[in-house]
Amino acid sequence: MGLLFSGADWDFQTLGAIHRACEDIAVGEFGLQTYPNQIEVITSEQMLDAYSSNGLPLMYRHWSFGKHFARDEAMYRRGFQGLAYEIVINSSPCIAYVMEENTATLQTLVIAHACFGHNHFFRNNYLFRQWTDAEAILGYLQYAKSYVTECEERHGTAAVERILDAAHALRHQGIHRYPKRRWRLGEEAERALARRTHAEATYDPLMRTVPGYAAARTEPEARRQVEEEARARLRLPEENLLYFCEKHSPRLAEWERELVRIVRLLAQYFYPQIQTKVANEGCATFCHYEILTRLHERGQISNGSLLEFLHSHSSVIMQPQLGDQRFSGWNPYALGFAIMKDIQRVCLDPDQEDRDWFPAFAGNGDPWATLRDVWANYRDEGLIRQFLGPKVMRAFRMVHLADRSAETTYRVNEIHDADGYRRIASLLAEQYDPAHIAPMIDVADVDLFGNRSLKLVHESQRGIRLDADMARKTLLCAETLWGYRVHLQERDAESGRVLAEHASS
Amino acid sequence: MVIVDRRANPQGKSLANRERFLKRVREDVKRAVSDTIARRRISDVDSTEEVRVRVDGTEEPRFATTSEGEHDYILPGPGTLNRGDTLPKPQGGGGEGNGRRAGRGRGEDPFEFVLTREEFLNYFFDELELPHLLRTSLSQDRMSKPRRAGYSVYGQPSALDVRRTMRNSYARRIALGRPTDAELAELRARIEAAVSDAERAAAQAALDEAMRRRIRIAYVDPIDVRYARHVRQPQPATEAAMFCLMDVSGSMTEHMKDLAKRFFMLLHLFLSRRYDRVHVVFIRHTERAAEVDEDTFFRSRETGGTLVSSALDVMLEVQQQRFPPDRYNLYVAQVSDGDNDGGDRARVTSLMQNQILPMVRYFAYVETSADRSAFPHAAIRRKTELWDTYEQVAAATADLNRLAMRRVSDGAGVWAALADLFAKSGRAAA
Repeated sequence: MGLLFSGADWDFQTLGAIHRACEDIAVGEFGLQTYPNQIEVITSEQMLDAYSSNGLPLMYRHWSFGKHFARDEAMYRRGFQGLAYEIVINSSPCIAYVMEENTATLQTLVIAHACFGHNHFFRNNYLFRQWTDAEAILGYLQYAKSYVTECEERHGTAAVERILDAAHALRHQGIHRYPKRRWRLGEEAERALARRTHAEATYDPLMRTVPGYAAARTEPEARRQVEEEARARLRLPEENLLYFCEKHSPRLAEWERELVRIVRLLAQYFYPQIQTKVANEGCATFCHYEILTRLHERGQISNGSLLEFLHSHSSVIMQPQLGDQRFSGWNPYALGFAIMKDIQRVCLDPDQEDRDWFPAFAGNGDPWATLRDVWANYRDEGLIRQFLGPKVMRAFRMVHLADRSAETTYRVNEIHDADGYRRIASLLAEQYDPAHIAPMIDVADVDLFGNRSLKLVHESQRGIRLDADMARKTLLCAETLWGYRVHLQERDAESGRVLAEHASS
Repeated sequence: MVIVDRRANPQGKSLANRERFLKRVREDVKRAVSDTIARRRISDVDSTEEVRVRVDGTEEPRFATTSEGEHDYILPGPGTLNRGDTLPKPQGGGGEGNGRRAGRGRGEDPFEFVLTREEFLNYFFDELELPHLLRTSLSQDRMSKPRRAGYSVYGQPSALDVRRTMRNSYARRIALGRPTDAELAELRARIEAAVSDAERAAAQAALDEAMRRRIRIAYVDPIDVRYARHVRQPQPATEAAMFCLMDVSGSMTEHMKDLAKRFFMLLHLFLSRRYDRVHVVFIRHTERAAEVDEDTFFRSRETGGTLVSSALDVMLEVQQQRFPPDRYNLYVAQVSDGDNDGGDRARVTSLMQNQILPMVRYFAYVETSADRSAFPHAAIRRKTELWDTYEQVAAATADLNRLAMRRVSDGAGVWAALADLFAKSGRAAA
């Protein structure tokens, strides 16, 4: 087969040919299943634009996006930070942004990485299937943008910003972690309309003034019963703070509720991505590596292109180690790629150690089927717990550092040897548990008969505490949404002992 | 698979967000702009040098954890660590409250970003409460007018010069012998009128030949086409000289000097829009006057009495040496707190009336006083000596209408001092 391109230049025909060649390999040989692709060529400024709005092509207006843009731009202009080669959006068709500055080889890398790697992951991983509605996200963003604009025109930018600021602060507490039903973003706009027209009819236990309540004020027994009932209706405790405010806040106007809902649904949309960084990037990196290697074997890219690709690839999967100036935690590309590559090796060429660790698939001879299964059914936490093998731990020379606030130094508790493997794998998996990504904060109670204050609880695991100053500021945001005071209690998860109390005012 | 080229999409999608963000950090931006104004020379007020704004008050709060409690990290090690080894914690890591670390909830790092030139000027004008109409006319780039400059063989369709094109076409058609409609009609008539077959065949052959020529030689060929050519020509501009006169006797406070500087900057900005080059001359005076450089002008302080005529003398001297009025547009801006020696009045009046005002384009006198917002009761003031003098001069030279006087106590007043000048230029243009 002839070369797809020679030199660095490309045009749209070249992109089309590259895409066809990659598709041939990815779908034909590797069995990947993808949404249709849409490749969009953009400039570096547009890439910065996309950065600042969480990589989404259209977003409602808010100053924080302007801030991120200003910061990213400053970093980029001064050369502190390069731009990504691509951004890919979990939608159908799957939109991949590629930069016009990329060379033809880089475009090949990007197409293999985004249009097939990420795309396959988006389409097949259970979290994305459960939580995101790829067909409808673009439509929903359009709706959100025009709704926010409409609110700004009607109620003023300041009023809208007040709600959006508050909701943004709580967006990590605006997530349903356990699905009740499959998400249908497509119907959101209609549902919003229906909700608004039924607003008056909605039953709100906080605002209720029925005869029984008068008796409840004086008789403790009746009061307890009424409170029980109300609590049951509020479905307390509730893990999703934004949802709770949106549904039950006594002070929010209908349009404000809708704004909260928009922020909440977008946070929910990103929730799977937060949980699958390693798996997703590992999948995409592995795919681009395999696809480009195959392209070279088939004589479709030159030796020079292969070297250029390997150069980019190795900088993408560079993992600085502890003590290195560049070290800033795990590089999900490096970790993910290493795990995927290890699974492939175990499938094809296992040794005794691999057979002991991975009896289920060692030597099964079909790495692609195994990997497709991994990509479909695991998030980071599960991926690491089950598929992080000793060879990868040794390759990264993983160590376990214990940080105890009582001690003045970090201590090395485990290293990558036979005694440490299990514990290292399980602790690293915990690091990717959603509970570690953002603190878990539940709505515990509402003072129904008193000052209507909201009570939140942070179950503190192993003495990990909230930053008091930030907590107070965030509670102030919660108060904006709830309308009354908000308390936050930090409790030790095991003993139930109260560690700290925070209040919004 | 679809490939879309988005590069031509409208740029600046995030401008609306940026605007909102700038509003958020208004205080930081204002401080940066003030700093920049203090640092910049008068003639650099709209230079392209970057204005960096350092922002730290835009935290987006969220629940974050501290380093307290038991944390476990699995990290890629250097390969030399063993069980029981210890590593020092990073500085500030163990403390209460501010102990945030990489990867965990951390506070926002302050960062810097760069204001565009328009944004900078906008804030600069904002401080001066300059009306929007003036802002736009000031922040526009140099004025130039398109001017006819002959013809060109390429250009926009709208600039097509039909007359010239058709003239070329006509000449070419004649030169190449393109058969005209009349000639064809004549040939057709000959065919009609032919009496013998041979005659008809000859006429038919001539007609066929003529038709071939007509097809080969276009009626309007691309080489005929001419476009009107325009060049953008800068507005006729000469040079201007701007004299900054300031009283530096002890009674001028820092606040007054700041007002003075803003006033001079604004005047310079205005002049540099109208003239190619603006020369700035700084003259400060107490009882004696001297030409100085900009730093000395704004920084140093002198003690002594006040003789305004000394400054006027120096100004005239410099003007006679370097700025002949037929080549330069002369502008004078004087800032003073209004003190002057009583015995100096006659001399000032005569210099102004007989020499200066007939020669200059504009003489702006700005009288500064203490910040009135700080001393609301100081609103009622008596007329100062210099004010009184100039008032009489202005009355005597009312036909020239070149002397503008203002009292300024805050930034908002500064532009008003120039309002007359703008009004005047508006009339001149009309």
